[in-house]
Amino acid sequence: MPDLSAVFSLAAGGQLDNRVRIVAVIVTAVLLGLVLELVRRRRLIERYALLWMVVALILLVLAIWNQLLAHVSNAVGIEVPANALFIAGLGLAFLLLLHFSVITTRLSEETKILAQEVARLDVEARAARAAAVNGERAPNDERSPGEPWRPSATHAAGLAPPATGESGGESQPGRSPSTADQ
Amino acid sequence: MVRDHNQLRKLAIVPAYNEQGMVGRVVRDIHRHAPDFDVVVIDDGSLDNTTAEAEAGGAVVIRHPFNVGIGGAMQSGFKHALRNGYDVAAQVDGDGQHKPAHIHDLLAKLHTSGDEADMVCGSRFRGDPGYRVPIGRRIGNLIFSVVLSAITRRRITDPTSGFRITNRRGIELFARDYPHDYPEVEAILMLHAHRLRIHEVPVRMNARGYGRSSIDYPRSAYYMAKVLLALFIGLFRRRPTPIEEPPDTSEGEPVAPGAAISGAGHAPRGS
Repeated sequence: MPDLSAVFSLAAGGQLDNRVRIVAVIVTAVLLGLVLELVRRRRLIERYALLWMVVALILLVLAIWNQLLAHVSNAVGIEVPANALFIAGLGLAFLLLLHFSVITTRLSEETKILAQEVARLDVEARAARAAAVNGERAPNDERSPGEPWRPSATHAAGLAPPATGESGGESQPGRSPSTADQ
Repeated sequence: MVRDHNQLRKLAIVPAYNEQGMVGRVVRDIHRHAPDFDVVVIDDGSLDNTTAEAEAGGAVVIRHPFNVGIGGAMQSGFKHALRNGYDVAAQVDGDGQHKPAHIHDLLAKLHTSGDEADMVCGSRFRGDPGYRVPIGRRIGNLIFSVVLSAITRRRITDPTSGFRITNRRGIELFARDYPHDYPEVEAILMLHAHRLRIHEVPVRMNARGYGRSSIDYPRSAYYMAKVLLALFIGLFRRRPTPIEEPPDTSEGEPVAPGAAISGAGHAPRGS
């Protein structure tokens, strides 16, 4: 049985080449700068910026702090610490991708709901318009003809089921502010 | 202020998410203590009876088809205020923490300060808060307070307070752009960047009346990081709000001409 402790101590003592560390520092610095600039330009919201910054910081710490990287690679049985750095980066990128897939799923679900809501509102608007053209009153419409829409408790209460979703003035896009601002 | 205050159209915006036990009482309290305010409840995709309770209390209810967060909810309220020609908009949280009895204290400061104040915030830390504010909340608030006071060169004691009231300028700004989550602190920075003035009035608040705070431990860490990042980035933005962008509401937006002119007038390009 060969003595493995020497191998392990060698692995634990193995350090990243300083050039690798310098590159790691530069790469993470560029990544951080890029993320901050994207936030400044409103291309990225803070929530995801923080996510990327945390990942960048973890990699930066692992690249700079040799002891920690050595311990980590030793613990999981990786002989060359640089490989542990690779694995960590790969794992974090994988987690980010999975996270974004979850978010994409939620976004497409919300988009579907929005499309359905808009379609429902469109049907109701066209029905109301057709009724108005025929000189009839739209159901649940308590206004006299020509009276501008106003937010009022009676109007809100007059909408039949709460599930129809009172949406404020959004169903009346054509009003001018002068009529509403008397 | 040229017009008689009584003629101003005033709106109370009540953001509510799963607050069926509280929102009706909040609406009725507003009607009782501030009868000159219309009330709009933003039901931010609640899964309970929030909408029904709010309508029973006599409020107009804007329902989001799904939860978009407090920032989006408040912006819906400001868009509603802008679209319907309101001159004053107040935020009163649907969880019952804010006392509608104070609305007129805020309104009075908005008026007496004239053009000095475009937003008046109710502060728990200029007097008796009215309840025991948890220590973690106090510390977080203190950090934001120090940072914001340094940036704005005004004494801001309670930047996380959502109990606030703003005038037409604030409504126009916030209808166009409002921060996503935990918006209160950033909103103050936005106002400052647009040369709008902020005042504070001491108020007492209730401990939360019903339900759990939306901010538990891991979220409060995110809260701190997110807001500090936003404040930091905000310092490097030349133009805090994308003004030149066309309004993202539908065509026929009734306020577009007036808002564009006055908005450009209020909002300096550089900082």
